[in-house]
Amino acid sequence: MTQRLNWMVSLMLAPAIAFFLVFALGPLIAAVYISFLNWDGISAPSWAGLGNWTLAFSDPVTLHSIFLTVQVMVLSWIIQTPISLLLGVFIAGHQRYRAILSVFYFLPLLFSAVAIGLIWSSSILSSDGVLNTLVRSVGASSLAANWLGDPSIALYAVVVVIAWQFIPFHTLLYQAGARQIPQVLYEAARIDGANATQRFFHITLPQLRYTIVTSTILILTGSLTYFDVIFVMTGGGPGFATRILPLQMYITAFQNAQMGYGCAIAVILAIAGVALSLFLLRITGFGRMESQAEGL
Amino acid sequence: MKRTITRRDFLAAGGSAALAAVLTGCNFGVGQQRSGGSGGATVWDISTGEQQELARKVVDTFNSSHKDGAVTIQFFQNDPYKNKLRTAMGSGTPPDLFYGWGGGILESYVNANKVADVTSSVDTDKFFSSVMEGATFDGKVYGVPKAGTQPVLFYYNKQIFDKYNLAPPQKWSELLEIVNTLNGKGVTPISLAGLNKWPGMMYEEYLVNRIGGPEPFRSVLNKEPEAWSDPAFIETNTMIQELISMNAFPSDFSSLNYDTGQSTQLLYSGKAAMQLMGSWDYQAILTNAPNFIQNGQLGWFDFPEVEGGKGDPRNVAGNLTNYYSLTQASDAKKAATAFLNYIVTSDVQIDGLIKIGLVPPINGIESKLESTDNSDWLLHVYNMAKNAPYFDLSWDQALPPQPAQNLLTNLDQLFLKQITPKQFSSNMNQAMGLS
Repeated sequence: MTQRLNWMVSLMLAPAIAFFLVFALGPLIAAVYISFLNWDGISAPSWAGLGNWTLAFSDPVTLHSIFLTVQVMVLSWIIQTPISLLLGVFIAGHQRYRAILSVFYFLPLLFSAVAIGLIWSSSILSSDGVLNTLVRSVGASSLAANWLGDPSIALYAVVVVIAWQFIPFHTLLYQAGARQIPQVLYEAARIDGANATQRFFHITLPQLRYTIVTSTILILTGSLTYFDVIFVMTGGGPGFATRILPLQMYITAFQNAQMGYGCAIAVILAIAGVALSLFLLRITGFGRMESQAEGL
Repeated sequence: MKRTITRRDFLAAGGSAALAAVLTGCNFGVGQQRSGGSGGATVWDISTGEQQELARKVVDTFNSSHKDGAVTIQFFQNDPYKNKLRTAMGSGTPPDLFYGWGGGILESYVNANKVADVTSSVDTDKFFSSVMEGATFDGKVYGVPKAGTQPVLFYYNKQIFDKYNLAPPQKWSELLEIVNTLNGKGVTPISLAGLNKWPGMMYEEYLVNRIGGPEPFRSVLNKEPEAWSDPAFIETNTMIQELISMNAFPSDFSSLNYDTGQSTQLLYSGKAAMQLMGSWDYQAILTNAPNFIQNGQLGWFDFPEVEGGKGDPRNVAGNLTNYYSLTQASDAKKAATAFLNYIVTSDVQIDGLIKIGLVPPINGIESKLESTDNSDWLLHVYNMAKNAPYFDLSWDQALPPQPAQNLLTNLDQLFLKQITPKQFSSNMNQAMGLS
């Protein structure tokens, strides 16, 4: 029985493993190799040894990119988690019109990143766009700003757009998580005289622990490698204000024609992503998958 | 246990086989089929609006008389195209003919053996020699002009100028006066697409040329030490930052995108009075706001003289023209060369360009230009290019790829006043290894 099962299991896994080897592991190995070369993409490459790697850690632009990426990660988490959590719990409840509202919250998830970037940058955040017009019409003209052209606020504008794009997804996660909480817990709490706020902090949040961890891992690793919307909206500018690490990788490899250096950055990104995920899994105890239904 | 083949096994095997088939069926893009049919050629281009329509028309007319060597043309957006072409060259799947600007970028492809020599297969004698210089390296021709010649000049909104009694400036100081006047009246003086960075580069090119002539940039191209520290660059960058401090440009210029037409729209919708742009913009205005031209509201003037400068005020900066180049990897060279010859000789191409306000860089076509619509524009541009003692190719095309990108990034920072003129010079010297 076990013999037949193992044979079938390997067969079923083979396409997925092949896919992973060809599209994930293979390119990674190629990138590591290229990172030791000086190559402009069209001429013959030459050996560069550790040149690109020392450059990656000493180039002020790359170091600034790393700093920006960390900022994006932290800000994304701070903005997206509370909002998604509250929305998700709300939608999971049985309030009226919950179903209709949940459809609206879900829409941004369905749009393409390029469409989102173009609409936000050309219609909403432009100097005569929707946001500034709205702000001026309520008499707060001093708040109208050059959202994507001012180096000091461009990053925040971009983080807000990313949050808009992904909050629906995390809302969905929290909704599913909240739906799973056994009602008996709430009933027991009500009997003990707990009010809504206490029920939220003492039952809902702890029960949502693993959902919060999943969502956090997705937000942090996602924003580490996020590219599309920022590329479309600002291309890394103005100046270097929004040149996060994935963008820096693209610009060095394809616009500056320095494939070796770009590959070094790519490998750094890959290692950072894997390290981050492992670290998060370890400290949150996710790997152990303890049951949360003990005693019920 | 007796090992029989159960239905489960059958389904499992079938499922994995189906999945594997789907994966191999996904064309991984290697050895992509050229959709030009047997022996046909593919062309990559970035033209928009009426220029794109003209390109399609030329291709269709060619194809109707060349059934077995038909050409397919594909269009891309400007900035993404530059990256896409480079990647395609590197991965060995380039098109047969590609659009380009000549200069150092084309030279870098030639040096990497990616471009085929067309000196003997295409006759390019009728074109301006200054224009052919941009695609000729080591005495061999690597590109065939397919567009108009594109010097850069100031476009202005005549309605705004008339309203405030302004006249096109001849000198830089007059331009600054106009900027101040317009600011006082609440009109944006000059539109600028800062997002793309190369529109700002036009100011750099012209000012350096007006102040120091062609020598400062020639030294850069010849990689002379400290070439970027020439006083012409420092003075130019100081003047540029002065312009910015005077609020000559829209407050959000760094997020305006030329590729989506945002900066030109400011000009023809009356929100900005001027724009420094290449002559290709005329055709864009013709497509998007034809009434603006028909009602005589579009005016133009050459880049003003800078007092005390030693550059000839007739010198011109811009794009010599756009070329189609033939790739070495092409396996449809015969069809592609036939198409190149067609473009050089066909009236469909030449008259078509003139009709949409573009000036073919061909010797002796003054009389043809005189007898068309837009003749005042056409003759102005034609004479500008023909009589220029020196035609400076756009620096981001004249320089090799990496310095070109460094230049654009440093200009971006200069315009945002994040670096000083001295820092600009030292950054550029360092980037090109000239310090």
